[in-house]
Amino acid sequence: MITKLQKLEKLINAELSSKILNSSINYDELLIEIKDINLVDVVQFLKLNKNCKFKQLIDIAGVDYPENERRFELVYLFLSHELNIRIKVLIKFQVEQTINSITKIFPSANWMEREVFDMYGVKFKNHPDLRRILTDYGFKGHPLRKDFPLTGFNEVRYSEKEKKVIYEPVKLEQNYRNFDFESPWEGTTYIKEVKKLDKDGKKN
Amino acid sequence: MVKKTKSLSLNFGPQHPAAHGVLRLILELDGEVVEKADPHIGLLHRGTEKLIEQKTYTQALPYFDRLDYVAPMNQEHAFALAAEKLLNVEVPIRAKFIRVIFCEIGRILSHILNVTTQALDVGALTPSLWGFEERETLMTFYERASGSRLHANYFRTGGVHKDIPSKLVEDIEKFCKSFPKIIDDLEGLLTDNRIFKQRNVEIGVVSKQEALDHSFSGVMLRGSGIPWDLRRSQPYEIYKDLDFKIPIGKNGDCYDRYLCRIEEMRESVKIILQCIERLPKGPVISIDNKISPPNRDDIKQSMEALIHHFKLFTEGYRVPKGDVYTAVEAPKGEFGVYLISDGSNKPYRCKIRAPGFSHLQAMDYLIRGHMLADVPAVLGSLDIVFGEVDR
Repeated sequence: MITKLQKLEKLINAELSSKILNSSINYDELLIEIKDINLVDVVQFLKLNKNCKFKQLIDIAGVDYPENERRFELVYLFLSHELNIRIKVLIKFQVEQTINSITKIFPSANWMEREVFDMYGVKFKNHPDLRRILTDYGFKGHPLRKDFPLTGFNEVRYSEKEKKVIYEPVKLEQNYRNFDFESPWEGTTYIKEVKKLDKDGKKN
Repeated sequence: MVKKTKSLSLNFGPQHPAAHGVLRLILELDGEVVEKADPHIGLLHRGTEKLIEQKTYTQALPYFDRLDYVAPMNQEHAFALAAEKLLNVEVPIRAKFIRVIFCEIGRILSHILNVTTQALDVGALTPSLWGFEERETLMTFYERASGSRLHANYFRTGGVHKDIPSKLVEDIEKFCKSFPKIIDDLEGLLTDNRIFKQRNVEIGVVSKQEALDHSFSGVMLRGSGIPWDLRRSQPYEIYKDLDFKIPIGKNGDCYDRYLCRIEEMRESVKIILQCIERLPKGPVISIDNKISPPNRDDIKQSMEALIHHFKLFTEGYRVPKGDVYTAVEAPKGEFGVYLISDGSNKPYRCKIRAPGFSHLQAMDYLIRGHMLADVPAVLGSLDIVFGEVDR
């Protein structure tokens, strides 16, 4: 399995050398980072090349890192049935950037891109029907962004008086409390220690 | 003279018994022929992914029961596997067997529900009455292992929560011996039934290429003749040591998918029996107390165990930095979890890949040109559960 992945990594790096920014194999999974403008080309290549044959798009996952300059990441997960391998394609971009849609290549990207648009506010170019998908009609904001509060802004209830469903600002008896249980004793070095010990095959 | 007709748009749902939950399907009809279908989903959206980001890994697990609530443990499995991959934890062999037993029970639970409700949608009432009796038995197995019938919360990172008693194993075995008879009965009602066939054969046909393009997985893919099952091709747990067949359809229509599900139930029964026969003794959860809680006796005796217990239920455990995608063959298809950890005790991001999401997306393409009455039949054969589609 690993050799298969390494072979694929080599092949992709050779064929697409200028388009690949970074590639790595962790946990038996191949991740390649590309520039967002090359997305369509790379996806097309992965689908059609006879040594790749990634004929199925599994999912598109958005990730938000508010502290980064290029704030958003999109991870495209592909699967090749014939070769029995998976690949992850990563792009990083800034908030206001639009990303090329891959619905032409994979029709199933339609809803996945709509979901990313809904959850993160990422806009896709050439998408046939970019509407919200999971949130309410007329919803404002993008819930999976890290700066969107967990409790949201509006709540819904049925009003006996008005005989209809009404929206109100969220009112909680007690605010949502996010406890910080992370061990204060070890401080920040704790994570590093775990990592170091992991290499010896032991956990602390 | 050509008469001009106006197409009619019809709201199917959100509250409709044949919509299998809260689906609002906007249909454009020309007479009785469907011209376009626009599914509006999200009416059951609960923000699972957002909630998981605020919870520790142990607390995040129960959310997976609430996705596909027809087969809860299969979902838990995907998340447990993802966390284990990042932590590099070894799962004890007995736990692996127990997991497989309950995942296959989940598969039977889901397929019974789907097959019988599909029959219900096309007009047969009896199968669902018979099927639900069996589901009840299976859910008592869930209850006896985990304490609850539906929202089990039974799998843990590193194993399962509690060992199962030997009486339960015996009862599961007894069930497996008697259940094939029930499948025969169900088949007797449906497989050669003229009405059932008229409503399902050649309806909602999916070609191989289209199944791939639309990201289908599970029975939707196998029904179209693509031999692909994650249990076989990317085996996890102990599946590669087990002997089971993977039923493949030929025509990719609703009827083939029904046949696949029936056969899969029979295979699941075989898998469970094999597991019971070979069920080894031993611990059911990793003995590493940094990840799994110490047992009750130790807490009374040892200070270290007490500290471990306290730390696990407040801080939880920290998961090394990294991102993994793990997928399991859930009853409905490939259920995957893409987990990103930033090295803290909470997942940074947990993307849930629900099979039903892509299946429902293809509704428009599947139903175009069919009659209105075929909508419930196609919807039934997609095996949609809104818990996982809307997340």
